Amino acid sequence: MNTTLYSLIGLGAGVAFILALKGLSHPKTARRGNLIGAAGATVATLSVFLYVTPPHDGTAAHSLPLHHLGLILAAIAVGLIVGVPAARKVEMTQMPQLVALFNGVGGGAAALVAIVEYLNLGADATTAEVIFTVFTVVVGCVSFSGSIITFMKLQELMTTRPVVFPGGRFVIAGTLVAVLGTSVWVVSALGTTPLLVLAALSLLFGVLFVLPVGGADVPIVISLLNAFTGLTVAASGYVLSSTLLIIAGTLVGASGTILTRLMAEAMGRSLFGTLFGAFTAKPQAASTSAEERPVRSGSPDDVAILLNYARRVVIVPGFGLAVAQAQHTVRELADLMISKGIDVAYGIHPVAGRMPGHMNVLLAEANVPYDQLAEMDEVNPTFGQTDVAIVIGANDVVNPAAQTTPGCPIYGMPILEVNHAANIIFLKRSMRPGFAGIENELLYDPKTMLLFGDAKASLTKVVSALKAL
Amino acid sequence: MDAIAIISIFVLAVFVGFEVVSKVSSTLHTPLMSGANAIHGVILVGAIIVADHSKTNLELGLSLAAIVLATINMVGGFVVTDRMLEMFKPKKDAAKAVVDEKGGK
Repeated sequence: MNTTLYSLIGLGAGVAFILALKGLSHPKTARRGNLIGAAGATVATLSVFLYVTPPHDGTAAHSLPLHHLGLILAAIAVGLIVGVPAARKVEMTQMPQLVALFNGVGGGAAALVAIVEYLNLGADATTAEVIFTVFTVVVGCVSFSGSIITFMKLQELMTTRPVVFPGGRFVIAGTLVAVLGTSVWVVSALGTTPLLVLAALSLLFGVLFVLPVGGADVPIVISLLNAFTGLTVAASGYVLSSTLLIIAGTLVGASGTILTRLMAEAMGRSLFGTLFGAFTAKPQAASTSAEERPVRSGSPDDVAILLNYARRVVIVPGFGLAVAQAQHTVRELADLMISKGIDVAYGIHPVAGRMPGHMNVLLAEANVPYDQLAEMDEVNPTFGQTDVAIVIGANDVVNPAAQTTPGCPIYGMPILEVNHAANIIFLKRSMRPGFAGIENELLYDPKTMLLFGDAKASLTKVVSALKAL
Repeated sequence: MDAIAIISIFVLAVFVGFEVVSKVSSTLHTPLMSGANAIHGVILVGAIIVADHSKTNLELGLSLAAIVLATINMVGGFVVTDRMLEMFKPKKDAAKAVVDEKGGK
């Protein structure tokens, strides 16, 4: 294949990625958009096997096939064997952490590519190439280790609360200074050792950067690290003279940055506050919920009676619904209520669950009609006329503390104002606070009834009780 | 490639990236992030190029590791995004199934 054709294929793949992102921005075209992106990536990958990129040292390109072709194909096979089943088998509840993990390995791949090209170029590297290599190694390593930590937080392999230790911000700032210093060292002195030191320090910085981030902010950080990885891909595109990598990486970097901002806005968080939380976080005393306070707990029959005589019911799903896999049961309950002439809507908080849009995906799986899903701005004014709000495994997204308690970690986050409904039913596993670790005053409200237990089991009992009425 | 061409491509791609996702409903935030995540898996192309260029076993080993990771990122990313979006497909089949079920009773 000649250079022109190869470059044109790269351009075509770049256009495919633009169309993919465009398609993914609208519900109707999203799936097609993703397929267009996959097609672009496949064609781009195939084209590399048919064209030998000339090495940087000025020697002519060797003839096809590629060197180490067998090993390259074997490595791709290994990647397929690991990646495809993981993506196909993952539970809906665990998708966020899988995305984090995929992003991390992508960042790691970009860092490795930069390291190899650096070793390969040796003393031939221009200063610009070294600078871009340093950038890729630093940001790629931060993205890798940071994503691993977000994965562990979401998988609850470690605490979901912010991890802050005394003097932490000095350690983080010190690591950052060391990273920058080592970068200068690499650019001025070259050599393998400084680059490996740089990689190690960057990995450490990634860990320290994400540790102080609280559970609720984790999706924003994943999105940010995703944008970071995009930029590293663009930078390695510079070193490898690949227009395709520059376009693809820059697209992801730019759209990822916008997406991060949109997510932060949806959660009412300042992007700056989230990013530099590492530098500003102070050690906090863990919220104590030791005091025993009376709550009103009810039986499935009580809940069924309340629902039977309601005119309007709003269902507020949260992570608990996902964990219990109760999406089909909740739909059964909603259908039953609708057949009794009750006005039913689902109030969807943009960040309910562990990721923006998590609930929409989950309820769509149970074939809940799209028009029953009401976004926050749409449903909030209606809570005044709502007889019963059923909160299923959600907590932080309905916690009035976000509006009333300045200084609490979720203060300023928009919430679903279920506190305006005439009755509130909480389906909860226990009195444990939500992902953000904050006590919810609403649980002690006199108009609140709690139904303890697994969401699916509880809902099933409510459905049969309601059928019997 | 000369620096001006690269800077031009970079700047234009930044604007395109900003523009295409500037208005997107929160419903699609997660699939969009996941799709963008899959797209940066094209670093696989770079990993294959450096594997071809490798002169030492160290370089080859590192680039093969990069290929494995990049493949996981790219293929896994597109597959998981498709699974998320499967849920948004038109509900014709589902509606038909319900009708059949009722008709059978």
